Amino acid sequence: MSRALRFAPLVLLVILLAGLIWRLATPTDTVVTSKMEGKRLPAFVLPAMLPGKPALSSQDLAAGQPRLVNFFASWCVPCIAEAPVLQQLKQRGVAIEGIAVRDRPEDVAAFLARNGDPYQRIGSDAQSRVQIALGSSGVPESFVIDGRGVIRYQHIGAIKPADVALIMRQLEQAR
Amino acid sequence: MRRLAILLLLFLAQPLLADSNLPPADWANRQLPDPAQEAQAQALMAEIRCLVCQGQSIADSDADLAGDMRDLVRRRIAAGDKPAAIRGWLVQRYGSWISYRPTAEPAAWPLWLAPFALLVAGAWLLRRRIRLRAPR
Repeated sequence: MSRALRFAPLVLLVILLAGLIWRLATPTDTVVTSKMEGKRLPAFVLPAMLPGKPALSSQDLAAGQPRLVNFFASWCVPCIAEAPVLQQLKQRGVAIEGIAVRDRPEDVAAFLARNGDPYQRIGSDAQSRVQIALGSSGVPESFVIDGRGVIRYQHIGAIKPADVALIMRQLEQAR
Repeated sequence: MRRLAILLLLFLAQPLLADSNLPPADWANRQLPDPAQEAQAQALMAEIRCLVCQGQSIADSDADLAGDMRDLVRRRIAAGDKPAAIRGWLVQRYGSWISYRPTAEPAAWPLWLAPFALLVAGAWLLRRRIRLRAPR
């Protein structure tokens, strides 16, 4: 066996170790993005989550003006951090629609009483069906839907104060 | 003192991924009455990746969302949908990432070629060894 070939296992080991160290140092991105951006919103009809608050259907989201659809839940901790920012967007004239994922009316009512209610309508997505239909993988997540009912932008995770400008820009572009 | 400190620290613990208070969806943990349909659903669920516990299939995961996806798969199979159509519907939403079954995409070519490359390498090594041992 030639001398060079004798070191082949060692070289392989070094390559393997380098690969392992590289992956440990820079873990793969675990964020799952929706492939529905640019596509038409799937048709859905959700029942109302709260009495006195309108229900939400896909038809409400193709009414001429861009809207922000926010997936949230009373059991979701980052949603509490997001609430004041949504309130801020509402004050700037953004139409925000809520989809409460796997939630109960009394819990949602308590959540909104504590953190404020920025929503025009709230649909109840008890089996995450609309969430899956939109390619969303958790709460909170927000989608910009243009006036024709096309999904224009997906925001994964809580909308932070620094993201307000981005959301406003996306809504403007969807106009 | 130390015990008290640990006890107090326990109150600080917050669940990172909170789960909802709702019970699991209808078909999340229940088998379809038709064994053939249930077998189809099981085979598909074992090949769909959970969005929450990303190393697991939805058949293995305890996450709420995985339960809702099992519900979706069983519901559609019961309604007569083909497993390939359900897989396609999910891939359309989440990309080929959601399916564990390797595809014919260029990114997967090394995976298909690896067994043949290893076979060739093995045959070459074996040939060398036999040649070295053989008396001249």
